[in-house]
Amino acid sequence: MQRLKLFIPLLIFVILAAFFFVVQKRIGSGDYDPQNMPSALLDKPMPAFELPDLLTGDPVTGALLHGKVALVNVWATWCPSCHYEHPYLVSLAQQGVSILGVDYKDEPEKARQWLREKGNPYAAVVDDRAGNLGLDLGVTGAPETYLIDSRGVVRLRYQGPLDERVWTETVQPLLDRIRSEGPGA
Amino acid sequence: MIPELGHFALILALFLALSLTLLPALGVFRRSTLLMHSARPLAAGMMVMLSSAFALLAYAFLHNDFSVAIVAAQSNSELPWFYQFSAVWGGHEGSLLLWVWILSLWALAVALFSRQLPLDMVARVLAVMGAIAVGFLLFMLLTSNPFGRALPNPPLEGADLNPLLQDPGMVIHPPMLYMGYVGFSVAFAFAIAALWSGRLDVTWARWSRPWSIVAWLFLTIGITLGSWWAYSVLGWGGWWFWDPVENASFMPWLVGTALIHSLAVTDKRGVFKSWTVLLAIFAFSLSLLGTFLVRSGVLTSVHAFAADPTRGIFILAFLGIVIGSSLTLYALRAPTVLGSADYSWLSREVFLLLNNVLLLVAALSVLCGTLFPLVVDALGLGKYSVGPPYFNAVFVPLMAVLLAFLGVGPASVWKRSRGGELWRRLLPALIASVTVGLLLPVAYGGQFHAGVALTVCLATWVVLSSLVDLRGKLRNASSWRSGLGRLTPAYYGMLLAHIGLALSVAGVGLTSVYTEERDLRVAPGQQVELAGYGFLFAGTEPLRGPNYVAERGVVQVTRNGRPVAELHPEKRRYNARRDQVMTEAAIDAGFGRDIYVALGEPLGEGAWALRLHYKPFVRWIWLGGLLMAAGGALAAADKRYRLGRRRAQAAVAVVA
Repeated sequence: MQRLKLFIPLLIFVILAAFFFVVQKRIGSGDYDPQNMPSALLDKPMPAFELPDLLTGDPVTGALLHGKVALVNVWATWCPSCHYEHPYLVSLAQQGVSILGVDYKDEPEKARQWLREKGNPYAAVVDDRAGNLGLDLGVTGAPETYLIDSRGVVRLRYQGPLDERVWTETVQPLLDRIRSEGPGA
Repeated sequence: MIPELGHFALILALFLALSLTLLPALGVFRRSTLLMHSARPLAAGMMVMLSSAFALLAYAFLHNDFSVAIVAAQSNSELPWFYQFSAVWGGHEGSLLLWVWILSLWALAVALFSRQLPLDMVARVLAVMGAIAVGFLLFMLLTSNPFGRALPNPPLEGADLNPLLQDPGMVIHPPMLYMGYVGFSVAFAFAIAALWSGRLDVTWARWSRPWSIVAWLFLTIGITLGSWWAYSVLGWGGWWFWDPVENASFMPWLVGTALIHSLAVTDKRGVFKSWTVLLAIFAFSLSLLGTFLVRSGVLTSVHAFAADPTRGIFILAFLGIVIGSSLTLYALRAPTVLGSADYSWLSREVFLLLNNVLLLVAALSVLCGTLFPLVVDALGLGKYSVGPPYFNAVFVPLMAVLLAFLGVGPASVWKRSRGGELWRRLLPALIASVTVGLLLPVAYGGQFHAGVALTVCLATWVVLSSLVDLRGKLRNASSWRSGLGRLTPAYYGMLLAHIGLALSVAGVGLTSVYTEERDLRVAPGQQVELAGYGFLFAGTEPLRGPNYVAERGVVQVTRNGRPVAELHPEKRRYNARRDQVMTEAAIDAGFGRDIYVALGEPLGEGAWALRLHYKPFVRWIWLGGLLMAAGGALAAADKRYRLGRRRAQAAVAVVA
């Protein structure tokens, strides 16, 4: 009996190892990507928040998003992919897409400099220095982008940088569908 | 040519490691002294080959050989030489080479300082270390060769080391951390050797104690430096982020701390043997798991080093073999009978067991917090990120209980303590620390704060109870001087480490609550105030560094009109990475407080946004870490480990 107890650590390890093996196998075969999972928030309302505006310091709440289809883009100056993504966001903004920026776990003065140098595609940027909104959204890394419909419901989560290809293949079709649902949707 | 020589040295090291695994092991089975004697020279040979490989890679870095892929990716000809050198371990391949090179150094150290060990134990320990080296060398040669060339069109200039890593702290942080990680391989090898030989006795604990303490002290320094680096470079003014990479180094530290305490019980009293051996296996397994988690791409992290999932399966297989086989060996060979020594529930044995349980629970809760998002995610239950709120909520109560017991543990005696006497001795310390805890927040911060009261009370309790214990030890000495002289370095090491822990805890508690910060717009010549200090902004000047250009601000700090310091925060733009602007904060460090000034952005007409932090006692966090490491050094230097053999034999005789 005593001897059997000594097998407990091994048993726990075997379970853990089997789990990791399955995860790794699925990553290898491409049908699971730990970085790209639909959000638990999908088809649920955008979490409520009240955070200071990065540029003015005034409080910004979810009310800003009410009544329109908008993107919520989580970014930071420490994230290399955000550098890649930024010019595309600027061109989206020029096409009239409304984007709320969430400056995630970042240094505000760096972020302000970034916007001044690279252009500001955001209707507003909130300063989520503590990462609380990111936590509510279930952010695991930056950049991440959420599509919010006019009722404030999360319709899409995309992890990784947005570009032309992602936009035409993933975001645009959904955007067309949401718009075809008509106002109030 | 030079990189190919390095590659060749790696291959030779692999064959030497294979021989180091097989020949001494064969010697043990065949009882062949000749084969067992091969362990030491083979370990030395492996060390020479790996040192050559490491030196040749460093040569490629220092001579800007951009035909080597990782030199081109991580270095730059404008980089100062010490950062070119530290760029060797700035990426995946180089840090693996550093890992296995340090393993060979530890193996050589075991070969040199094991004269008092029986030959068959040396052969077993070195064979286990050789096997670990085989795994890592295979991993390197098959999936991540540091000497890979970028031919036929090598770049003319390197992409430069990540500016975040261009910091003096980053030159020594990874080697220290790896010395700790890899150092636990010695404790692990001793544990495996003991299980393998069936001689899991007091002498085994005596042998592995100094090795475990030294590994622990390096890990302590490594984590302390890492936290200090995050504070001074990441620019958030924070010192710990509960990031997966940080957790990966913190878990082995927690288990390692439990291990060095448990080894003390096994050494002194011959109990908890199975438990201690399990902790030795856990400490090293968590070091390996840390490598796996950071390198496999399974977990994402703000540290964002390159990760490659194809390598993950190899690391996982390696982990499976090492941990799986050692836990199987443990299950089959660990003694089931509890130690013969008897002890009551109020004894030092039990207090140390409590320490072990609390530290292990803490390590497991960090592990759960790190793996939970992954498990939930893979089971399709949704996506969660576990942040500092979880870790703080779990960790703070555990540490509070640990500290409360830490005061009692050293004052208790082996076998059986008398509760009444313990109470009488510690009561003054208890009253004093509760009083200090209740009064300090009011005296310092102006109002009562429960969190501060608790941390200050616990920190004071640890220090005072340590001093009470020291006085108790001196009670029977003719004079305090002769009494102090009679105490062992190991005892002083323990006192120092415990006081260091108390300092760190006090630093964490006080700085979390009393930090003040402001973001301000300042024009040249303008003075602003924070926490009783005046900050006169004299303006900025352009500055040209070796591989960057910067705007340097000049800020004169005064207190009551008297000058305190002149600070020079910078905004740097590195030549090789023009899109990345780095903030170099300027810090006036002090025992009681840090003043931290960072340059924001220019606001026109010479005015700048300025971020000011006043961080009281923040330095205590790292000072405490260094004291803990110094305590470890004292304990490891205790001469009773060097006189090991005769005493150890005597101990065997007594136990038998």
